[in-house]
Amino acid sequence: MLCEVCRERDASVHLTQVVDGEVTLVHLCPKCAAEQGVETTVTTSPKNVLGEFLQAVQQQANTAQTDAVRCTYCSMSLRDFRATGRLGCSRCYATFEQSLRELLRRVQGSAKHVGRRYVAPEPTILARATTVGELRDRLRRAVENEEFETAAALRDQIRDVE
Amino acid sequence: MLDLALLPDGGISWLDGSGEHADVVLSTRIRLARNVEGYAFTGRAREGERLRVLQSVRDAMPHVASLAGGVVLRVDELAPNDRQLLHERHLMSKELAGLETSQGVRGGAAVVLAPGVGVMVNEEDHLRLQALRSGLELGDAMAAVDRLDRELGSRLPYAFHDDFGFLTACPTNTGTGMRASVLIHLPGLVLTKEIAKVLAGLQTMGLTYRGLYGEGSEVLGNFFQISNQTTLGRSEEELTDHLARVVRHVIQREHEARRVLWRDAGYIIEDKLWRAYGTLRFARSLTFDEAMNYLSGVRLAVGLKLITGLSVYTLNKLLIFCQSAHLAYAEGRALTESEANLARARYVRQALEAEADPLA
Repeated sequence: MLCEVCRERDASVHLTQVVDGEVTLVHLCPKCAAEQGVETTVTTSPKNVLGEFLQAVQQQANTAQTDAVRCTYCSMSLRDFRATGRLGCSRCYATFEQSLRELLRRVQGSAKHVGRRYVAPEPTILARATTVGELRDRLRRAVENEEFETAAALRDQIRDVE
Repeated sequence: MLDLALLPDGGISWLDGSGEHADVVLSTRIRLARNVEGYAFTGRAREGERLRVLQSVRDAMPHVASLAGGVVLRVDELAPNDRQLLHERHLMSKELAGLETSQGVRGGAAVVLAPGVGVMVNEEDHLRLQALRSGLELGDAMAAVDRLDRELGSRLPYAFHDDFGFLTACPTNTGTGMRASVLIHLPGLVLTKEIAKVLAGLQTMGLTYRGLYGEGSEVLGNFFQISNQTTLGRSEEELTDHLARVVRHVIQREHEARRVLWRDAGYIIEDKLWRAYGTLRFARSLTFDEAMNYLSGVRLAVGLKLITGLSVYTLNKLLIFCQSAHLAYAEGRALTESEANLARARYVRQALEAEADPLA
């Protein structure tokens, strides 16, 4: 259930208000509740929230096909994530974007970064060895995952760089 | 054995007792979690990938002014006691040091130590940039780690997502990747039993607390590490400002609790704290937990001006140097538990004797 004020975060505060004898139920997220001066004493640690989410993922995975989805780079699945609580690589964030957006909203109260922005340096500034190393890693992964077309393309790229 | 003279400032300038509220706040730490684009995260990376991440940091170092004069220590090449010692100095996490029971040291695990800042390489994330300061110095720590971050990030491509921010192995760090924490001594609140309320209050304000050594460690000697719980949806400045405000409030509550204790139970407190001092000054064997508890008492006594002539620096140093890997290092050999207890008592006794005699 979403918070009735911001409509962004999950509502975890359920407030019963009595105004002029009329009873209404208001659902708020902890942040909006705090802003409205509602004191909440019950809190859940992030670990528990993460645990709950991972359980939800498990139930989903058991019934749906989500379990079959693997990250194209590190071949991690949601099942692996559930087991470790850790993602495999930066591309997992794109692969499991929907699930992660929901998880971040629950665990962090938001899924939108508002801190420092970052632009990666131009590839030219990076050492060539790093690039070849990276390509070799991808090649090895592609071969392991039997993605032979990708592997062939990567082999050509490595030859070009070298 | 590791030559500690090689470390910039011995890696312990954060103990010097400088900084705001240094009698109550032992240290301030800010760490930023970063990953290098193009490699699987540490836990899923092959050893070759981890070694390349480390090599890319080495290659970047000459261009990173913040790391000038820094040293790179390969954790997987260090002896167990040296790894433990660096962990005791708060220079690397238990996980990186390979001290977690579930796993040993990872190939490619390393720590870069430079004056005032450091980088853990191949921890849970490829890079954990950190700045450690004495006392409550969030602004200074932030400025230092931010400078390091910008310099390193202009040489290495970090994994960054427009919506999610800096991408980390654990989604609880995604966004700013920042954990700002303050190690604070709260004996007054513990003795007046106000502490439970204060800690519960922290959680409603988006903060969390841990023990002396961070995640999963127990509370020892009335030291608490207070830090931000979330890393997304708020900027770095908002997170540190909020933490600073709350910590200042907690310090105020601690001082109030001390006043109440002194007013209502002065003689009991006086007796308890002098007993703590007496034990440390004359005991012949001390376990680590005992030493921590008595040091907490003496620290409170210094705060109440009951004991004078003992510097905050000495108190801080005692906390660090009476840990087992430090004692083994000083003795030049591995110690059994009972040998360590004897060495600890001797070390504490000598350190207190060297200070001005509070009875004189």
